Amino acid sequence: MAILVDGNTKVLCQGITGSTGAFHTKGCLAYGTQMVGGVTPGKGGTHDANGLPIFDTVREAVDGTGADATMIFVPPPFAADAILEAAEAGLHVICAITEGIPVQDMVRVRAILREYPRSVLIGPNCPGVITPGRRVSGEGPDSVIEGGCKIGIMPGYIHTAKADASTGKAVGVISRSGTLTYEAVWQTSVLGIGQTTCVGIGGDPVRGTGFIDLIERFEGDPETDGIIVIGEIGGTDEIEAAYWIKEHAKKPVAAFIAGRTAPPGKRMGHAGAIIGGTEDTADAKIAAFKACGVDVAESPADLGTTMAKALGLEVTI
Amino acid sequence: MKIHEYQARQLLSDAGIPVPPGQMVETVEDAVAETKKIFASGESLVVIKAQVHAGGRGKAGFVKLVRSVEEAREAADFMLGNRMVSVQTGAEGIEVKRLLIAAGVDIEKEYYLAVTLDRNNGVNTLIASAEGGVEIETVAHDNPDAIHKVPIHPLSGLEAFEARALAKRLGFHGRQIQQAATIMQRLASLYSSLDASIVEINPLIVTPPTDAAPDGRVIAIDAKFGFDDNALYRHPELKAMHDPAEENPAEIRAEEFGLSYVALDGTIGCLVNGAGLAMSTMDIVKLHGGEPANFLDVGGSATKESVTEAFRIILGDGRVNGVLVNIFGGIMRCDTIASAIVAAAKEVGFDVPLVVRLEGTEVDAARQILEDAKADIPSMQTARNLAEAAAAVCDAVA
Repeated sequence: MAILVDGNTKVLCQGITGSTGAFHTKGCLAYGTQMVGGVTPGKGGTHDANGLPIFDTVREAVDGTGADATMIFVPPPFAADAILEAAEAGLHVICAITEGIPVQDMVRVRAILREYPRSVLIGPNCPGVITPGRRVSGEGPDSVIEGGCKIGIMPGYIHTAKADASTGKAVGVISRSGTLTYEAVWQTSVLGIGQTTCVGIGGDPVRGTGFIDLIERFEGDPETDGIIVIGEIGGTDEIEAAYWIKEHAKKPVAAFIAGRTAPPGKRMGHAGAIIGGTEDTADAKIAAFKACGVDVAESPADLGTTMAKALGLEVTI
Repeated sequence: MKIHEYQARQLLSDAGIPVPPGQMVETVEDAVAETKKIFASGESLVVIKAQVHAGGRGKAGFVKLVRSVEEAREAADFMLGNRMVSVQTGAEGIEVKRLLIAAGVDIEKEYYLAVTLDRNNGVNTLIASAEGGVEIETVAHDNPDAIHKVPIHPLSGLEAFEARALAKRLGFHGRQIQQAATIMQRLASLYSSLDASIVEINPLIVTPPTDAAPDGRVIAIDAKFGFDDNALYRHPELKAMHDPAEENPAEIRAEEFGLSYVALDGTIGCLVNGAGLAMSTMDIVKLHGGEPANFLDVGGSATKESVTEAFRIILGDGRVNGVLVNIFGGIMRCDTIASAIVAAAKEVGFDVPLVVRLEGTEVDAARQILEDAKADIPSMQTARNLAEAAAAVCDAVA
């Protein structure tokens, strides 16, 4: 079990003929993801380097392959349209990897997506979603993985399936940051803790699914033993998540908030990471988590150990 | 991206939002000529304002009300070419190259009006207050009930009746209501058509009643815009308004190389991949007693050229006395970045301690590359994990 995607998920790539889309389609195939095709308007009827069929429209791709998820590498000016096309075609999981989509485009997309309650948008400006598969042979980047589903740009091999985890435990990971997610995954894997599913919700101010929706899904997933929440400065989603956790969550949650040292008013790489009022600082979010009984890692180097302790595991490092 | 006040006034005026007559000038002579023109039109008061992006102009003496041509000449002479130092500029200040010369307006009452994104709901929102002329943050803190918020429908925009209702709530009356409501609707559509991140009119004022306008006139006195950098590709007219002299030169250079860089006040330079990890690296430096000198995200596809430039920018900050490199190689291979670090360090020359922490794809090969280069870069040490790296660089500069 996991959330959102698993080994049976059939995945499309929108923007499959672009260099980034092509590169990551290959990476997902190598991880064992069931990539079933791609979409590039005007190139329908051809095939990509891996032999995957290319379609002109998402609707044709869904009809032709039975796909239920997509990853979007379409350039920013066309990405909002690509998201809506995916929703209209009935895809359940839409991962928008593209960075740099205009905010007003996402305001529109978010309003229109209300008409498609069955579609979950992940991102934009995110690494994607992964449900790790089991390692059958090899090590490190050369590992051969089976039964997993990687949709996005994350390095697959750092993840650990629950069945491969020496502690027998696995956590869900939700994060606004890509490389910081890898850090959390790596630290838990080193401690013998697996991951059920890791979701990068993205660094933009207007995005698809958020902390509360995903925490709720992880709460309902029997395989997930705990949840890591990685937030940052900007917005107040983490604070709302903290109070939701206090009210509803039964599983242990460990949190980290990036940007304690960020100066106010300055954009820190992510378009969403700009401190505005008093509620959206790192300190305000950390205080809210602590007040709601969530264990907060003081240092990004303690993400794994904080989760391990919250799970009641002995930490020996 | 930000623009100057005189440009913001032009945008408002083009959208049909009334502003007092005014003109941007770059010389004292032009300032005098514009002042004469305004006096000749029957006005008795002229305001002279330095055009810089930083706030705090009034307190710094760079906004002057004048009643004569001589006073105008004196004020323009003082401001042009001078450096304005305010709470927002830092000690070195900003050189003033342009002035706005505008007609002074008698004010009956001041309001605040803005449109920005409500991140929690993902919709644009009109924000207004009858307590104008002061910082909205102060109002939010002292009297939050005085701030009115109206969500703007993402697909259909702000309706006229919503604007009239808000105008009524703010205390506009009689013919002011229609004037204020029209300004609100025009501001909301200007905001979305220009892909603004914020547009703020402070103050929006009502003039005293006259025979021609018995309820007074509603006018925008000062305006600020911020724009979504990601949407500038579809606004060449805004790109043309960009004033690079107002930005940190190191941040502009970084952008050219695909680096995301923000200068800070500390002494430990940071080079990291990924925005979240870059922020966290600053945080962990601080936790170990150091002060980060910058935020720097090399992005997902760092090359030898971009890493070299990143080192140049970091070391170009004279306060930097140690550098921490923290890379989690995902798609980016650690051996590629290790080679780039070595080549860049050799080219730039490192006389301050350099601590490198790499993890992820091809890390073993990367560690070997760094090991082999240690003789050439004596100030370099490597760390196995993030905590060790932060401790090492903080120790090295202590």
